[in-house]
Amino acid sequence: MRHIKQVILVLVVLFSTQLIYGADAHKDDASEEFDPMEMIMHHIADTHEWHVISYTNGEGHKVNITLPLPIILIYQGQFNVFMSSAFDHGHKVVKKGDVYYKLYHEKIYVTDADGTIHYDDHHNVKNAKPWDFSITRNVGSMFLSVLLLLWLFISAARKYGSTPSTPKGLQSFLEPLILFVRDDIAVAQIGKEKAGRFMPFLMTVFFFIWINNLIGLIPFFPGGSNLTGNISVTMLLAMITFLITNFSGTKSYWGHIFWMPGVPVPIRILLSFIEFIGLFTKPFALMIRLMANITAGHIIILSLFSLIFVMKSVAIAPVSILMGLMMFMLELLVAVLQAYIFTLLSALFIGMAVHEEEH
Amino acid sequence: MGLLTPDPGLVFWTLITFGLLVFLLKKFAWKPILHALKVREETIEFSLAAAEKAKAEVQDLNIEKEKIMNQAKADRDELIKEARELKQNILDEAKSKAQIEADKIIVSARSLIEREKNEAIQEMKHKVAELSVDIAGKLLEQEMEANDKQKAIIDRYLQEVNFN
Repeated sequence: MRHIKQVILVLVVLFSTQLIYGADAHKDDASEEFDPMEMIMHHIADTHEWHVISYTNGEGHKVNITLPLPIILIYQGQFNVFMSSAFDHGHKVVKKGDVYYKLYHEKIYVTDADGTIHYDDHHNVKNAKPWDFSITRNVGSMFLSVLLLLWLFISAARKYGSTPSTPKGLQSFLEPLILFVRDDIAVAQIGKEKAGRFMPFLMTVFFFIWINNLIGLIPFFPGGSNLTGNISVTMLLAMITFLITNFSGTKSYWGHIFWMPGVPVPIRILLSFIEFIGLFTKPFALMIRLMANITAGHIIILSLFSLIFVMKSVAIAPVSILMGLMMFMLELLVAVLQAYIFTLLSALFIGMAVHEEEH
Repeated sequence: MGLLTPDPGLVFWTLITFGLLVFLLKKFAWKPILHALKVREETIEFSLAAAEKAKAEVQDLNIEKEKIMNQAKADRDELIKEARELKQNILDEAKSKAQIEADKIIVSARSLIEREKNEAIQEMKHKVAELSVDIAGKLLEQEMEANDKQKAIIDRYLQEVNFN
């Protein structure tokens, strides 16, 4: 318990100092007004480089230390791989073959040699976009979480010998969590006989979401990425749930969707229509819920700390830090809660699909 | 809105990474862990059942022991009681036998004494008869010599006879 307190204290101090450094830099450059909206949007969006730390050096120049990440592009049958440092934070146009790429607001566009961006009437970029399979910050962060998960669970799994013994160390920390997912999520929703088949997915999705939520809460390198708050990730996870649910659907499940037994025919037709939409709204809700909760948490914490720079006063800092601390506590809870809800609902949907009608 | 537009690159990488994660964890973590947990749970369940059974057996044994003890106590008491009765019987029997024996001895002693007495009286009668014949002989002899003297001799012989 004491250690947790210390860790949180260190996190808060580090987080706040990082922003205070940023504030100093902005004060030096009076022309650059602090825009919290832009800062927050930049933070929660994906980036092609991994920001480590920014500080102002002795000569008053702002120094950004970033980790360049690999850019992988496919455009008109052309396959290009290069490091994101080639863009020089978007200042340079990269020429590959006879195509020019420009990084503009964290998106890569095909441009001419000068990197001209064309806009339509609604200020949307008209330039062509290549297929972007780059290892972005979110992908990197996901790789990190995967390594962490593999290390945690495989090393725990190795401690289980052939003969039963009491759990020790890491094992005794992870075991209650595993048992919780197994008994209170999978078995409770799907049933003892059929839960085994879906256990690997449910276990993995629970710990994947949780650890990525937690990594997202770490305010410094290599954390802070908003992976589980990114719609691409939640969409894919929800899609997997959707596919598993419908591919393991029993006859009685489909019967209840398209031809509800025990109700008059006109209502059956109406119900089948509603149930059909329901097939898609359920995973859609999964996708939006996780993404919105995690992104909202990031936005709130960032907004609280932005207060200091919006107010242009250090006096507000204690308020920001205290409220930020509160939000951190809440977000720690939300991190596990959202992982739980996603897994629980996935298990619930699967349980509904594999349920056999008792006659 | 950029936040709500899925990015194909990230979807692709998530699919690859998550798929690989599920596969690796299933193979190297979930299977061994869940299997070990199941084995452990079954072992615990089995051990508990065995312990319960052993407890019941011990209880049964205790009851059996109690029963045997009680039986043994009852047997002992019975034996002691029987032994006491036997002793009493033996004593009583011995006493009555002794009494009968003693009575018999007394009776036979009495008849013996009676017989002896009769014999003694018979013998004394004989002796008296003989003496009387002797005395009469002597008296007849004396008669032949002197009257006074005969009388004195009879007295003297009668004096000599002791009837005791």
